[in-house]
Amino acid sequence: MVEVKVPEMGLVVLVGVSGSGKSTFAARHFAPTQVISSDFCRGLVSDDENDQSATPDAFDLLHHIVGVRLRRGLLTVVDATNVQWDARKKLVELAKSHDVLADAIVLDVPESVAIARNAVRPDRDFGPRVVARQSKDLRRSLARMSKDGFRRVHVLRGDEIDRAVVAYERAWTDKTELTGPFDIIGDVHGCRSELEALLRALGWEVGAGGAVHPEGRTAVFVGDLVDRGPDTPGVLRLVMGMVAAGTALCVSGNHEQKLVRALNGRKVTVAHGLKESLEQLAAEPEEFQREARAFMDGLISHYRLDGGRLVVAHAGLKEAYHGRASGRVRSFALYGDTTGETDEYGLPVRYPWAEEYRGRATVVYGHTPVPEPEWVNNTICLDTGAVFGGRLTALRYPERELVSVPAEKVWYESVRPLGAPKAGREPGALRIGDVSGTRYVDTRFGGRIKVREENGAAALEVMSRFAVDPRWLVYLPPTMAPPETSTLDGFLEHPAEAFEEFAAAGVTRVVCEEKHMGSRAIAVLARTPEAAAKRFGITDGSAGAVYTRTGRPFFGDGRMGELVDRLREEARPLWDELVSDWVVLDCELLPWSAKAEELIRGQYASVGAAARAALPDAVAALSAAAGRGLDVGDLLERTRRRLDNATRFRDAYAQYCWPVSGLGGVRLAPFQVLACEGRATAATEPHSWHLEVLSLLTGEPGGSPEATTDRLFAPTRHVFVSLDSERERAEAVEWWSALTEAGGEGMVVKPVDVVTGRVQPGLKVRGREYLRIIYGPDYTESLDVLRRRFLGRKRSLALREHALGMEALTRLAEGEPLWRVHEPVFAVLALESEPVDPRL
Amino acid sequence: MLLTISTVSSVTSRPATDLGFLLHKHPDRVQEFAQSFGTARVFYPEATERRCTAALLLDVDPVRLARSHGKTAPDFSLGQYVNDRPYAASSLLAVALGDVFRTARTGRCAARPELAEAPMPLEIRLPALPCRGGAALAHRLFEPLGWEIAAEALPLDEGFPEWGDSRYVRLALRGEVRLADALNQLYVLLPVLDDAKHYWLAGDEVDKLVRAGGGWLAGHPEKGLITRRYLGRRRALERTAFARLAELGDDVEEALEPPVDEEVVPEREDGVAGTDVGDPETAAVAEGLGEHADEHTSEHGGEAPHDSAASETPDGDATGPEAVRVPLNVLRRDAVVAAVEELGARTVIDLGCGSGQLLTALLARPAFTRIAGADVSTHALAIAARKLRLDRMPDAKRARLELFQGALTYADPRFAGYDAAVLMEVIEHVDPPRLPALERVVFGTAKPAHVVVTTPNREYNVRYDFLGEGRAMRHPDHRFEWTRAEFAAWARAVADRYGYRVAFRAVGDDDPDVGPPTQMAVFSVAGERSEGDG
Repeated sequence: MVEVKVPEMGLVVLVGVSGSGKSTFAARHFAPTQVISSDFCRGLVSDDENDQSATPDAFDLLHHIVGVRLRRGLLTVVDATNVQWDARKKLVELAKSHDVLADAIVLDVPESVAIARNAVRPDRDFGPRVVARQSKDLRRSLARMSKDGFRRVHVLRGDEIDRAVVAYERAWTDKTELTGPFDIIGDVHGCRSELEALLRALGWEVGAGGAVHPEGRTAVFVGDLVDRGPDTPGVLRLVMGMVAAGTALCVSGNHEQKLVRALNGRKVTVAHGLKESLEQLAAEPEEFQREARAFMDGLISHYRLDGGRLVVAHAGLKEAYHGRASGRVRSFALYGDTTGETDEYGLPVRYPWAEEYRGRATVVYGHTPVPEPEWVNNTICLDTGAVFGGRLTALRYPERELVSVPAEKVWYESVRPLGAPKAGREPGALRIGDVSGTRYVDTRFGGRIKVREENGAAALEVMSRFAVDPRWLVYLPPTMAPPETSTLDGFLEHPAEAFEEFAAAGVTRVVCEEKHMGSRAIAVLARTPEAAAKRFGITDGSAGAVYTRTGRPFFGDGRMGELVDRLREEARPLWDELVSDWVVLDCELLPWSAKAEELIRGQYASVGAAARAALPDAVAALSAAAGRGLDVGDLLERTRRRLDNATRFRDAYAQYCWPVSGLGGVRLAPFQVLACEGRATAATEPHSWHLEVLSLLTGEPGGSPEATTDRLFAPTRHVFVSLDSERERAEAVEWWSALTEAGGEGMVVKPVDVVTGRVQPGLKVRGREYLRIIYGPDYTESLDVLRRRFLGRKRSLALREHALGMEALTRLAEGEPLWRVHEPVFAVLALESEPVDPRL
Repeated sequence: MLLTISTVSSVTSRPATDLGFLLHKHPDRVQEFAQSFGTARVFYPEATERRCTAALLLDVDPVRLARSHGKTAPDFSLGQYVNDRPYAASSLLAVALGDVFRTARTGRCAARPELAEAPMPLEIRLPALPCRGGAALAHRLFEPLGWEIAAEALPLDEGFPEWGDSRYVRLALRGEVRLADALNQLYVLLPVLDDAKHYWLAGDEVDKLVRAGGGWLAGHPEKGLITRRYLGRRRALERTAFARLAELGDDVEEALEPPVDEEVVPEREDGVAGTDVGDPETAAVAEGLGEHADEHTSEHGGEAPHDSAASETPDGDATGPEAVRVPLNVLRRDAVVAAVEELGARTVIDLGCGSGQLLTALLARPAFTRIAGADVSTHALAIAARKLRLDRMPDAKRARLELFQGALTYADPRFAGYDAAVLMEVIEHVDPPRLPALERVVFGTAKPAHVVVTTPNREYNVRYDFLGEGRAMRHPDHRFEWTRAEFAAWARAVADRYGYRVAFRAVGDDDPDVGPPTQMAVFSVAGERSEGDG
């Protein structure tokens, strides 16, 4: 057996003359999709695998495919002769440009064998001269191939080819199997005493030359253990002991890198605290010096941990470099991305890679002293300048807790004052890349959700032309599906089907909430403008926003500020109750005409006006014709009924309209507390809790929303139903009938407790008269046709949008950056432009 | 849904019931005609020797209507199910009329040939006629054809008198008109008055208009409007995704439409000023009616207020009556092009390019080697592509131009790398609280050497008659209009914050009291050579 070790992720270049058995070899050792052959590509671009005129295009395609695969981190095998230097060079460069390693496997078979194999293949009608030339190229190559830039060149001859077994080597950076928990420790810089104090604060038992955590935690050092501080050897001894004992990992910092070079006798500028290290190490026994040098020399650039969810690198690492290996990856990890400029203190200006970071992995790093560690797009810098008199900081992972100890003194004067302002991405800034194109949004409650490009385009227009500041726009409500269609005479929707569906899904208790007929409104309210500035980054002195389902502010005129102020005043009981100085509420703003008057006038009232003008004339004409003895059939009767329907239609929309002057007449009926400080309550709390908390604002839920009152907040009437009680179900149906017969829109049935999976978060059951607004005045005439409605898409959409909404709120509660919250919110709006029967 | 046609017999003429011969429908029968969207019926509520009335009753089935377009019907909007089509005398009634009275419209009548040829006393009633432009437009369209017209506006909802009148009128026409002409006039004018979007109509409308307009359209004073509206219905771009979002927000789609073509530019003989690149369909109609295409181009009268184009063109100012008045948007475009040329810019991006007016001018100057247009509205971009004739543009020219969707409140790498960025009449469409985001994206991130910004000067609004009562700004989508002082303060603050210098210019007639109608700021990166630096 001959073992051929290739990188687990990277490029494998097969080299051999035509007929050397490359394809057979590849088929035996690799998956078909991993192997890209030049013959295959030639076929793709010419319909003829042997059309040599297609070769340049075929290789363009091959390089493209290989590039895409490498970018996506897939092992890729190139099956082409590759006997010429420039062919291999292009592939090696391709691997380098994707920061992966490349291996070559040479199949060195005698020319005669190759010629004989080709002879029995009808598609290889070229003569032995071709093989001879390739063979000559190969001979010439073999001598120099080690300099081509391959990590390894495996040459297989004779029966080695058949006996070969391919083995995979993991990248050194790959420690994904380690799941922690970890204590990640920032730049120590020779501050041994502070390090020991920090470890103890983290619960470690620190002994001579090592430390263990009783709960089996693993320490991860972000590098820069050395230089500047008082006891670099002490720090090294402790960390080397921990690493040797398996209780710690350590990545290389730029200071270790430079110290090693100095210790190796290379010429380096002795600055930035290197002198202290060299002096301190010189006082140590020679054996320790040797061990320390070997330790530092062996440190690698970064680690991927916890299934790839955590990356530790000294200066951070952009996503494209995670798990990759190349000079520039190492350089990025050690020194960061610099712009090539220097600042007023002569230090390199760093490129703010973290602000552009969009990766899923948490990146923890150090290198640049910051006054306070701060999460930026799921990355955090732990260098809090211990050696400069700041603090030594650790991050507990996965708890995401920060623990730090103060420096005992200023051990070293910093060139740049700690905490000097630096330029960066403003937290309120969004990028087009955050929202445009076909996107996939990962949600914790509904998996990965696709947003199509054209839907994103429509959403971008509405969002950027009409929506409130994205910092307020922390949530958009999802659509909601009706239950299965009722078969009850005269009804399209009825509560029975909703109860049945939830019962079948194993839900035992539901709440029926009155569905207010107004405009859906999201109210974001902060206790004070300062609280708004702190939580939402809004600094113009405003303290809230109330916006529509498309993110548009209600009342574009000055009334918005007044509305927010009055709501904040009325919301005061919530601050103590929720232990939060901000809250996001899901509400309905009444009356419908307050927001939708133009729509009502242009669409609904117009239909009513036209109907009530035309139908009486039609009735009159038909009556006259019938009076003449003409057989108008049932047309006269039907037209009379339609006139009645038109009147009912008019009464239905008129119910939801009443005059508003200023804010007089406006009501806001909340029904859910979406989020508050540290809590995405919509995703965690049962509806009983929501209604209970909201009763603090609205009083007892008895009054109707139209009632005259000075209060803006209006109650949402509701009843709880145990689904196993026929009596409670029947009572709820009664309740719904009374509500809708009095002109109400209907109700929403929701499982009381938070549900997951494929269970709908709520079902709307709309009233018979209200549905005239949706299905048209005469819908009751054609119920049989309308019953054939298809709910699948609507239900799927409701689930996807709900998952996105919960994701947005959870990201908000967890304090994620704006673009992370904006992403699912934007996706909800985009999905809302998907074609679904609008009547559902 | 209902149309009645009555005639009375005079002493000398034949019985009124001869109407049945002309319509080819027997007065004593109720006849049904299936339509793709419902059923049309013809019957006679009265049929005596003295007076005869034929009724066309169209029963529109909204469900069938929505499905009548088959799979291509965009099933997107409640408007498809809850609409006035089943009640109003809409274009659907015209379609039914065209079909049911097909023979009558040709003027052929074997039984009463001389009657079919002659004008006769007719009374036509439409109880609910959608009429965009109000009763006045109905007068303008029917009166030139010899009708005496009574048009009474219908209230929207008697329970809400503050809502005012609906878009419907109760219409009665009386006149001595040949029946075939009357039917053809209704066939063309009902959809013209309706002027609604018709996702469900297609087909060869040009031919239909030419055929139905024979004999009366060519001489009609509103011929241009009639042609444009009749054909314009088909040109409506289907914006289903956008329409859904409008509906979701309880908004009216039209009210959300992007501000493209705020000002329609009257076309001049040399074609320089015209933004509309000529429309082959309009030309085809003209040709069909036996005319020269040029004859019916520039007319704007009678359009609903939002086509305020003509009115925004400054026409109350001091240029003498002999002077050729150049519309403001042309002056503005020329001023921007001149500014960009003086700055020596070779590559220019038009941020908020709308329908591409500036892009056209930039493309015409080879000195601009790379031109980009970005707009947040895909609708505007589609119009721009059409107006620029992108599909027919020669490769060399096409290669200089890039069009893409982008939003000025989202930082976008595609905005960067141009010598100059133009924001022509753009900032006033951005809500003031969102302006800092726009400033950051343009001046902070894209950071071109030069930025040219134009915006209305609010002080000048007193010179516009159409502003005042109930209308404060020049366009409904304007979020603000600034005085010169306000604009200067904003521009200077932005320049300070992002390291630019700024100079101001007047565009259009610089009124000694209120300044110019349009104001322009030219920003240049501090240290960069620019105009006036010599």
